[in-house]
Amino acid sequence: MAELLLEVGTEEIPDWMIKPACGHLERNLLQALEEAGLQQDVTCEVHATPRRLALVASSLAESQADKTERLTGPPKKIAFDDHGEPTKAGLGFAKRAGLAIEDLDVGDDGRLFVEKGVKGRATLEILGEALPDVILGVHFPKTMYWIGKTDARFIRPIRWLVALLDGEVVPFEIAGVASGYRTFGHRRLGVGDLDVSGWSDYQEKLRENYVLLSADDRRKKIEQGIAGLLTNGLRVRRNPRLLEALVYLTEYPTPVAGDFEKEYLDLPEEVLETVMQHHQRYFAVEDSAGRLQPRFIAVANLDADPDNIIRQGHERVLRARFNDGRFFWETDQKRLLADRVADLKGVVFHAKLGTYFDKTERNQKLAGRIAEAAGLDEQQVAQAKRAAELAKCDLTTEMVGEFPELQGVIGGLYAAHQREPQEVADAVYDHYRPAGADDKIPRSKVGLVVALADKLDTLGGFFGAGMTPRGSRDPFALRRAAYGIIRILIEGKLHLSLDTLVEWAGAGESRRELLEFFLDRLRYYLRDVRGCRYDEVNAVLASSSEVPLDAAVRVDAIAKVRPTPDFEPLAVSFKRIKNILRQAGGVEHFSARTLDTNLLEGGVEADLYTAFEKLRPTVAKRKKDGEYSEALTAIASLRPAVDRYFDDVLVMAEDEAVKQNRLTLLAHLLGEFSTIADFAEIVSA
Amino acid sequence: MKTYQQIIADLKSYWAANDAIIQEPLDVEVGAGTMCPETFLRVLGPEPYRVAYVQPSRRPADGRYGDNPNRLYKHMQLQVILKPSPDDIVELYMKSLEAIGIDLHRHDFRLEEDNWEAPTLGAWGIGWQVMLDGLEISQFTYFQQCGGIDLELVPAELTYGLERLTAFLQSVDSVYDIRWNETWTYRDVRLLDEQQYSVYNFEQADVEFVGAELGLHEAECRRLLDEFALLEDPDARSRFPLLPAYDQVLKCSNLFNTLDARGAISVAERAAMIQRIRKLAVGVAEAWLEQREVAA
Repeated sequence: MAELLLEVGTEEIPDWMIKPACGHLERNLLQALEEAGLQQDVTCEVHATPRRLALVASSLAESQADKTERLTGPPKKIAFDDHGEPTKAGLGFAKRAGLAIEDLDVGDDGRLFVEKGVKGRATLEILGEALPDVILGVHFPKTMYWIGKTDARFIRPIRWLVALLDGEVVPFEIAGVASGYRTFGHRRLGVGDLDVSGWSDYQEKLRENYVLLSADDRRKKIEQGIAGLLTNGLRVRRNPRLLEALVYLTEYPTPVAGDFEKEYLDLPEEVLETVMQHHQRYFAVEDSAGRLQPRFIAVANLDADPDNIIRQGHERVLRARFNDGRFFWETDQKRLLADRVADLKGVVFHAKLGTYFDKTERNQKLAGRIAEAAGLDEQQVAQAKRAAELAKCDLTTEMVGEFPELQGVIGGLYAAHQREPQEVADAVYDHYRPAGADDKIPRSKVGLVVALADKLDTLGGFFGAGMTPRGSRDPFALRRAAYGIIRILIEGKLHLSLDTLVEWAGAGESRRELLEFFLDRLRYYLRDVRGCRYDEVNAVLASSSEVPLDAAVRVDAIAKVRPTPDFEPLAVSFKRIKNILRQAGGVEHFSARTLDTNLLEGGVEADLYTAFEKLRPTVAKRKKDGEYSEALTAIASLRPAVDRYFDDVLVMAEDEAVKQNRLTLLAHLLGEFSTIADFAEIVSA
Repeated sequence: MKTYQQIIADLKSYWAANDAIIQEPLDVEVGAGTMCPETFLRVLGPEPYRVAYVQPSRRPADGRYGDNPNRLYKHMQLQVILKPSPDDIVELYMKSLEAIGIDLHRHDFRLEEDNWEAPTLGAWGIGWQVMLDGLEISQFTYFQQCGGIDLELVPAELTYGLERLTAFLQSVDSVYDIRWNETWTYRDVRLLDEQQYSVYNFEQADVEFVGAELGLHEAECRRLLDEFALLEDPDARSRFPLLPAYDQVLKCSNLFNTLDARGAISVAERAAMIQRIRKLAVGVAEAWLEQREVAA
């Protein structure tokens, strides 16, 4: 059993692409091994730093298994003529088989054949052929060529390749780089050329040369280093993404603490955090109560900072950036947000959809309509309109020019500073929310409305202009916008209908498509985010999907009532009813008819009718009050009556009038009680 | 402590020792060293080239009247083009930092993803921003396309931000406090520039005049390109003035930036104008390649 060590030495790979690349490399190798029949028992491990993708595969066979190959030729009667002399066809096959024609056997099928033992090829040889594709087949979001336009493409230039099978070089070449046994240590702390013989030697030499190959080791080193730098209950503000970025930006990470002047804490915390975490990739430091401290922690790709040179460098950079921030704040305050609305005429939203001034006008109108429809009071409606008017103005500020990721937030801070009502300021601040699956929805009703209006206008505009997402291409993040709206409607408890919103969105001919787009997101949200059972979601949406908030409440109600003993059996009965009606000419056909109570048979049938009539007002009232689980429980109580009915009564009666009447009764029953959910969609265990 | 001019001199002699031609700045206004023909045109085609030059880079909208310690209307770039990019290009670059006195064993040196794109030039590349103790000191780019053309030989472009680099090395918080030489500071040499050009670009530039000038240069460039396209005689083609045609593109670009800083370009005009300038740049790039083929 052999061990393969493969290392692709590159220039610095973008941190966020490294982890996925490891997965691809492993998958590609295993696939190549499988194609060659070499995959049995192989175990694989992949590690990576910014400068290397390293893979070790153990328990590889040294060669393919030998096998017998059967070569089949023409039938004997074609290979030989009537005189038993070999024909052209026969001789041709013999030549191909590499034998004299007399030495060929005839099989049961009457054809000539030969069986040859084929020696399995050496793994070394197979790998030499396969590895270039294994490596170049690693998918990266954006690749480059580094020699010329006809040469290999990869994420960054490949500078060396280690490929050893039990210490022996697997020979191949990529873009002029030949595989070998030589690797390189840390750019500054390590030795240039390290000759390695195999996995354990490789690991050891890298460790000696300041490369922590394992991401876990680097993460641990960062965490322990931080712990050693902070005392007195201080801690870094949690930021797993930053930590991961630093793990993949370094080969030998060493945290370094720095300070900044207390006076900068007067700047908004959002700005301080963005500068530190996002731009500078420092950890922000807070006390045990979560208050930001005038400290930070940078992570250097070096072993130590004995003379505080690195620390002072980072401190100076941070000070300059904070100074910028303060400069922008002061400059921006010279003009009120409200005075910047006209400036938005100079900021394009999208070439086909006009400027942000145009968008602001549309957002404002939408916000007003939505606020009224959502039942906000007069003052809140005015606040929503005002917030929509101001929401985009920060796009013209210096601060957002420098920190585009803070758009919205800066507008909110400025609005508050400029004495807009707090509700308006908060709504501006929150109007891009939720920015992602982990992000919160806006905090207030006014904020929800403004965020909804902004997203709705965006969706309406792009759908109307025919720029809808296709496959994985969604350059305007429309899926996120639509999903955000679903969350705003449901989690923000806005009782609004999608049909109405789509009508207002300005999607033109694409209204239908936009509605479907919303429904897909709604389905996804209920199933995959809320974790509702798919059949319950189907049941609810089949009944009505117009108001997402209502749909969500109904799904919850079903989940609650479902475990009760009557529910699933009743669902089975409803499905049966639906099938009967469908076969008899359609549900609608019968639900439109009037029931003739005189035709009802006494006993079981009359009982069902009575139970139904008794239940009807109760269910209607519960439903009206939004008490869906109570309504469902009430409906479920009908089960014994329904069961008995199917046991004792023949729906398809011989008397045509009776039959029609029975179908009508069932249709009414079904119609009346399917408005919360279409029970026929419930899949019983 | 090295002065500003010493740092420039050291970088130049370092790259001179690495076989680069040391060029002087282009005498036409540009927004970045990349726009100089020494980069834009020389990266096209199959001929190797190595060049380094300081280029004053004007960005009218970035002016701050000399008030902002880190932002300048005109800053200096040291631009290095190595075509093709050598295998040890990163090491070569690191050594250039050592040549100006940066001990990389004592500083945090990092390459962070940063791809570069210049839409008006139809140019883009893949690369990094070079971070030293958290400060971006250079842009490092492997050019992929220029003038809309895939490059035959991939050049590495290294752009050093000289003010930043010097401020860092001299430990000063404002570029104006940089020691230019033993006697004068950056403030002494450049503050007036920053003040007066800010006033001009933001307040004074005559929109009609600048717009008309832009139109003239655009027309001149187009005239030349049209004429070149009609030429059939190889001699006439090979002596045709494409370099002056390219000057017109640069003029257009700078005048456009001036109008933009002045707030005189509407949204609709803006996108269209960028497209027009890009078309000229692409036109020159294509003509340049054709001309090189005639010459070869």
